[in-house]
Amino acid sequence: METEPKKEKKEKVPRQKMPEQAPQERIANFNEVPLGYSPETAILEAKRCIQCKKPGCIEGCPVDVRIPEFIKRIAEGDFLGAARKLKETNGLPAVCGRVCPQEDQCEKFCILGKKGEPVAIGRLERFAADYERDTNQVVVPEKPAPNGKKIAVVGAGPSGLTIAGDLVKLGYEVTIFEALHKAGGVLVYGIPEFRLPKAIVEAEVDYLRGLGVKIVLNALVGRIKTVDELFEEGYDAVYLAVGAGAPVFMNIPGENLNGIYSANEYLTRSNLMKAYRFPEYDTPIVRGKNVAVVGGGNVAMDSVRTALRLGADNAYIIYRRSETEMPARIEEVHHAREEGVQFKLLTNPVEYLGDKDGWVTGIRCLRMELGEPDASGRRSPVPVVGSEFVIDVDTVVVAVGTMANPIVPSTTPGLETNRWGYIVTKGESGETTRKGVYAGGDIVTGSATVILAMGAGRKAAQAIDAYLSGKK
Amino acid sequence: MYAVVAAKQLSEAVFRMDILAPEIARKRKAGQFVILKIDEKGERIPLTIVDSDPVRGTITIIYQVVGKTTAAMSALKEGDAFQDVQGPLGNPTEIEVFGHAVCVGGGVGVGVIYPITKALKEKGNRVTSIIGARTKDLIILESEMRAASDELVVCTDDGSYGFNGFVSAVLQQIIDRGEKIDHVFAIGPVPMMRVIANLTRPYAIPTTVSLNPIMVDATGMCGACRVEVGGKTKFTCVDGPEFDGHQVNFDLLASRLRMYCEEEKQSYEKHRCGWNGN
Ligand SMILES: Cc1cc2nc3c(=O)[nH]c(=O)nc-3n(C[C@H](O)[C@H](O)[C@H](O)COP(=O)(O)OP(=O)(O)OC[C@H]3O[C@@H](n4cnc5c(N)ncnc54)[C@H](O)[C@@H]3O)c2cc1C
Ligand SMILES: Cc1cc2nc3c(=O)[nH]c(=O)nc-3n(C[C@H](O)[C@H](O)[C@H](O)COP(=O)(O)OP(=O)(O)OC[C@H]3O[C@@H](n4cnc5c(N)ncnc54)[C@H](O)[C@@H]3O)c2cc1C
Ligand code: SF4
Ligand code: FES
Repeated sequence: METEPKKEKKEKVPRQKMPEQAPQERIANFNEVPLGYSPETAILEAKRCIQCKKPGCIEGCPVDVRIPEFIKRIAEGDFLGAARKLKETNGLPAVCGRVCPQEDQCEKFCILGKKGEPVAIGRLERFAADYERDTNQVVVPEKPAPNGKKIAVVGAGPSGLTIAGDLVKLGYEVTIFEALHKAGGVLVYGIPEFRLPKAIVEAEVDYLRGLGVKIVLNALVGRIKTVDELFEEGYDAVYLAVGAGAPVFMNIPGENLNGIYSANEYLTRSNLMKAYRFPEYDTPIVRGKNVAVVGGGNVAMDSVRTALRLGADNAYIIYRRSETEMPARIEEVHHAREEGVQFKLLTNPVEYLGDKDGWVTGIRCLRMELGEPDASGRRSPVPVVGSEFVIDVDTVVVAVGTMANPIVPSTTPGLETNRWGYIVTKGESGETTRKGVYAGGDIVTGSATVILAMGAGRKAAQAIDAYLSGKK
Repeated sequence: MYAVVAAKQLSEAVFRMDILAPEIARKRKAGQFVILKIDEKGERIPLTIVDSDPVRGTITIIYQVVGKTTAAMSALKEGDAFQDVQGPLGNPTEIEVFGHAVCVGGGVGVGVIYPITKALKEKGNRVTSIIGARTKDLIILESEMRAASDELVVCTDDGSYGFNGFVSAVLQQIIDRGEKIDHVFAIGPVPMMRVIANLTRPYAIPTTVSLNPIMVDATGMCGACRVEVGGKTKFTCVDGPEFDGHQVNFDLLASRLRMYCEEEKQSYEKHRCGWNGN
């Protein structure tokens, strides 16, 4: 719940609350939970912005959204102007306004936040972008004269979509190769409809197509063609944005029992394949009654909230540290709690138990206590001796992280990766150890955020342009 | 869209289809597969590329009707189309000069072993093939397999055609004859692959099997296709689909193939659960 800010003298108008579907109602559907600001609310919120001369918020944004400028336009009722200002630096404002961890980025640096509550930058961003799209006022900019050079982008997630938009506007001929049958990456297969409606991602992808970006679906680079073959086909540069989409398992006994999913599989079935509408859609998913999700990040929250919507009576988060260390956004934890998710904190699975048909029936767990902080600065969990107990479950979702997908690196000689399999780049340009090959997003950083993946695409676009136009 | 160029029924529940997918047709190698999705609401299902015609730009698949999607596919005619065909996927078969290779195919698995047999023969191996089915009408690709092999034995469980008995009995006979076998490829229902792997193990004949777990993305992203090989978890779509048969945990594979029995009954009432699971 939004805590009412203390009434400061200067801050007469409180941060505007986001209207939401009531918890009881929303756990029975997959519709978006936050409903969006009305124009009146948006103006009210926008007017809270004091238009700092040296705005800190911009520095908190990885793509330098001109925050005070777009907010000023909303305050003046010029919603379209706001949307276009946003799009100067952010190709996917409707997405970022919904999924950016604003509390750690732009809003963290808002001066109002020092005394009260920061301006709701993300919500305003969402509002402006939604307004433009919902009123059918998205304009496709004129195509620049082609410069005769071709770029191949591998992967249609936020990083690949961003670089494609930037390069096509510079006159490059851009083709995106995407392994799946839909463009969007994690935005379409990972993040659930109730946080990010797929229609929004589709609209953004259509916009790129309108700009002239070619998107080849069902094309797994490394199998259908290698990076070397892309150069042979006449591409002048290649951008690798394949994400970190390989699931991590804990390698504990029983993990391959039926009913145990990786978060990627669980979410892909539900989101990309629309299994929540089975049997109208053909892809099945197990609708467990007692579902445990192992992990404490956003991915775990997405999974556990999906489980509730699929009809679970009991949906648990099993996390080995305490709530303070939980990496998920506070808002997501809060939403999950409102919806009835039960948190089993300081608890670590050690073994899965199954029945004779190979189905999971329970998780043997250990209680943990917190010891000294580890390398990441979080206090590391230590098992409590003799504290074993069993949680009865029929479905488990393992959401303990992802790794680098090996297909492209393993088929691209000379492309250096680090010891975790992520692609090594030189600084922020995204330049790899292969000439003409650039990389960015999760495949370079490991699982990060949408906006960082977009920022990487933006910087690589500049680097590729410099490289191909002989500026470097 | 990927057009169906030809569709044909091979036996009671087995169909063959040529689909227009020029890039895949040019690129694919023996052992690789595609993921097909009929339409917007369809499931993504994996099927082996049995053959291809790079000139016409077509790939050939052979599939058995076991559930909703394969049943819907059997109604597709020339001129219809799939919304999505993704491939080629999986690692190609490692075709070496083994010497004497024996290819064992069961049921619709014959479709999967045919391109491998052909490639082995082209590489200069001596190839003995054993194919089997429940009954005569269910034998597929007999003439193709004969052309791709030095010797072919056909078996039926009911003795209605060829050797009366299982493919494993024929393999045992060949071994008992004292003939040297350098490599066995065995592809078919899980129980068949398990039996063949158990048979060749004491003789230490290297045995390759092709696994068919449930898949979703087939790019290594979801982990649905995980199998246990040599005590380690492997993802069939990126690490396979072929593995050392002596190392595979077949019980786990069979069990995981039964995971959606209930749901699949819902989407396809007449279905017979687990043609391959046991
Ligand atoms: C469930 C979930 C929830 C998340 N929630 C948030 C959130 O709220 N806020 C936030 O900021 N971030 C969130 N993230 C993280 C964020 O989604 C990622 O950091 C971001 O999507 C990374 O973008 P990317 O472009 O690098 O890769 P991805 O989005 O992973 O896209 C990679 C694309 O490349 C394709 N691909 C892979 N290999 C190949 C190949 N060989 N050939 C062709 N195509 C290929 C894939 O199919 C995919 O479409 C979440 C992640 C998950 C999984
Ligand atoms: C790499 C690979 C290659 C394959 N090649 C072929 C092929 O060339 N020809 C062919 O006929 N089949 C092949 N299969 C199996 C094929 O994918 C399944 O038969 C198909 O997905 C069933 O889809 P359905 O919707 O008709 O049935 P569903 O309704 O999904 O399933 C019905 C029943 O079939 C069984 N089943 C489901 N998926 C599989 C599976 N992947 N393997 C075995 N049984 C399954 C289950 O017991 C299930 O209950 C292959 C599978 C893999 C992984
Ligand atoms: S893109 Fe993200 S970080 Fe930048 S202003 Fe928008 S919400 Fe804030
Ligand atoms: S099918 Fe998803 S990892 Fe293999």
